[in-house]
Amino acid sequence: MIVIDTANHIAALAAKMAKPAVIAAYPITPQTTIVERLAQYVEKGELKAEFIRVESEHSAMAACIGAAATGVRTFTATSSHGLLLMHEMLHWAGLARLPIVMVNVNRALGPGWNIWSDLNDSLAQRDTGWMQFYASSNQEVFDNIIQAYKIAENSDVMLPAMIAYDGFILSHTSMPVEVPSQQEIDAFLPPFKPSWTLDIENPITHGNIVPPEPYMEIRYSMHQAMENAKKIIEEVGEEFGRKFGREYGLVEEYRCEDADYVIVTMAALAAEARVAVDELRSKGEKAGLLKLRTFRPFPHEYLKYDKMIVIDRDISPGLGGIVYNEIKAGGKEVYGFIAGLGGVDVSYKDIERIYELAKEGKEGWYPTEVK
Amino acid sequence: MAIKDLPLEEYILKGHAACPGCPATIALRTALKALGKNTMLIVPASCSAVIQALYPKTAFNVPTLNIAFEAAAAAASGVAAGLKAQGKDDILPVVWAGDGGSYDIGLQALSGALERGTDFIYVCYNNQMYSNTGIQRSGATPYGAWTTTTWTGKKEHQKELAEIVLAHHIPYVATATIAYPEDLYNKMKKAKEMKGPRYIEILTPCPPGWRFDMSKTVEMAELAVKTGAWVLYEAINGKIEFTGYSKRILEGKEREPIENWLKMQGRFRHLTEEDIKEIKHRLDEKWERYKQMYGKKE
Amino acid sequence: MNVKTAISIPTEGAMGKTGTWRVFRPVIDTSKCIKCWRCWIFCPDAAISRNEYPSIDYEYCKGCGICSNVCPVKAIEMRREEK
Repeated sequence: MIVIDTANHIAALAAKMAKPAVIAAYPITPQTTIVERLAQYVEKGELKAEFIRVESEHSAMAACIGAAATGVRTFTATSSHGLLLMHEMLHWAGLARLPIVMVNVNRALGPGWNIWSDLNDSLAQRDTGWMQFYASSNQEVFDNIIQAYKIAENSDVMLPAMIAYDGFILSHTSMPVEVPSQQEIDAFLPPFKPSWTLDIENPITHGNIVPPEPYMEIRYSMHQAMENAKKIIEEVGEEFGRKFGREYGLVEEYRCEDADYVIVTMAALAAEARVAVDELRSKGEKAGLLKLRTFRPFPHEYLKYDKMIVIDRDISPGLGGIVYNEIKAGGKEVYGFIAGLGGVDVSYKDIERIYELAKEGKEGWYPTEVK
Repeated sequence: MAIKDLPLEEYILKGHAACPGCPATIALRTALKALGKNTMLIVPASCSAVIQALYPKTAFNVPTLNIAFEAAAAAASGVAAGLKAQGKDDILPVVWAGDGGSYDIGLQALSGALERGTDFIYVCYNNQMYSNTGIQRSGATPYGAWTTTTWTGKKEHQKELAEIVLAHHIPYVATATIAYPEDLYNKMKKAKEMKGPRYIEILTPCPPGWRFDMSKTVEMAELAVKTGAWVLYEAINGKIEFTGYSKRILEGKEREPIENWLKMQGRFRHLTEEDIKEIKHRLDEKWERYKQMYGKKE
Repeated sequence: MNVKTAISIPTEGAMGKTGTWRVFRPVIDTSKCIKCWRCWIFCPDAAISRNEYPSIDYEYCKGCGICSNVCPVKAIEMRREEK
């Protein structure tokens, strides 16, 4: 069935079809229409879930943690400052190994108030133990949410997952999306089997004081799980391809085989970059695109190209572009660009320009400070 | 329910990490006797988080979810929702939080959970300071008290969280203290049988924090009630009835002099005449208000 | 499933044999005891059990003295521990 709707409404639909038992969410622009649609689904009886209209994002994640601890599937959504407010509890969910699934609609941080897109909010969560999937289309939003549950709940993973997409560019833009039937989704998603629960018959305590050595083991287990996730993501993506016709991996490589320079980017910029690559190719440039679908786990193995142009829609002041820095450690010839912060528009024409600048050996803040 | 009739079952195991003479564990022992096996505790950062002792062992024999300091009531909302979604309506989520996690950093989550009609019991065990982190002042610390962040005595009176909770119009609000275990037990039991948000606040005098000998913990709680510094009541659907000794005071029995309570505690050692006047004045005002609002009408 | 997270199991003596914390130990004179069980309910450590008379588990009793303080007939004496 084809549904034409905004990424937010598509996200709500995907969440509904994954059948979470508990949803706890707080509104924030530009995520609000997700929460509103989910409230409608629940109140109309289309989704049988407990919907907790929490009083803050921190409480939203705390509530998801409480619910997940009783052994049920959960969902929440947020953006920007809401995500930042949740930060403490993101770490909590990761260390507690609760496979909560959350949508983050990317939005720049303030002050001053900025409701447009950049990726600083989600990238700032990169150490929390959450997997991160970035979508470049409404179809990907739907597909990523469904797959995220299967990946997160896998017994070799058991880590929470975030699906991120650009505020307004995707969240409020309608696109056609192929939506599988509920039966197909049910067949694809097995029921949730938690790794631990609060249980009257077998009382356990979760989270009391942990001495240093076992704490390190807990951290190691998380790290291993994130490593395991790479294989599971590819397996689930391959299964998704067989069942629904759209295969997914950690990355998407477009025209990279004989590329001189490969553009590396994520989310909406990747959609623009794809157009830019075609334009560049038509002008005789051997351009390629390596789209990162996952930022965590970071697909290091795929960053194998000799010349890469990284476009970061984020900045870590003092360090530079976050994605750039994750790649640069690999020691290749990497050109880093910061673009589109605070929602500054970046079109395929800008990306073509960036490609030209990289060929001249330049990098920097596009368009103002490139050298 | 006399003391000898209270259930024998223990849900707090011997050999836990509490200070000798700890009132929180006295309260929790009695509370769990009333609540029973089908209880899931949600414990934020607080003394009770540490009292459980160290991984991989715990001293609590009911399922316990430790959670971040400000998030207890929100996590409990999630636990309640998760249980409801599974049809497990015979299991009761119970928050066991200190005054820090209730009056201050946890107030938002508490208020939200109450306003949403969350089906749980929220217990605040109040030792009138941030005990676990080393005796710093909280919003529950009384006027004049020494703490490590009010070396010359707190300059403000405490707020009344139970009264804030009353303004949420929830089915059950009660105050209790460890000195009267039958009263505490009855209130817990009553709360257990009800539905919706229920709140119980228990005064728990802390020997290292209030500076008194650890053998006098129960005596300190009793005197708090007899001087009127702590009041015992319960409100079913907003209708307040005083209980125990507080009821007798309401009905005319004279309060014991507050000085008797203050001088037992090292945290009030430096009080001046002015300070004591201020404390008495506020206390008199409070009981005047109680008598007006809740006393018998002629 | 090799998920390692902070799960703890209910265990007696989770903090060890807390009886070693004692400076004073409570001693009950059963001849005075009226079996009101105040010592039992007020022990913070659940170290007093209800048998024919209250009996103290000295492996875990921390010697706080509350039992002695609350006993209405002064049947419990606090004695300094021998070194």
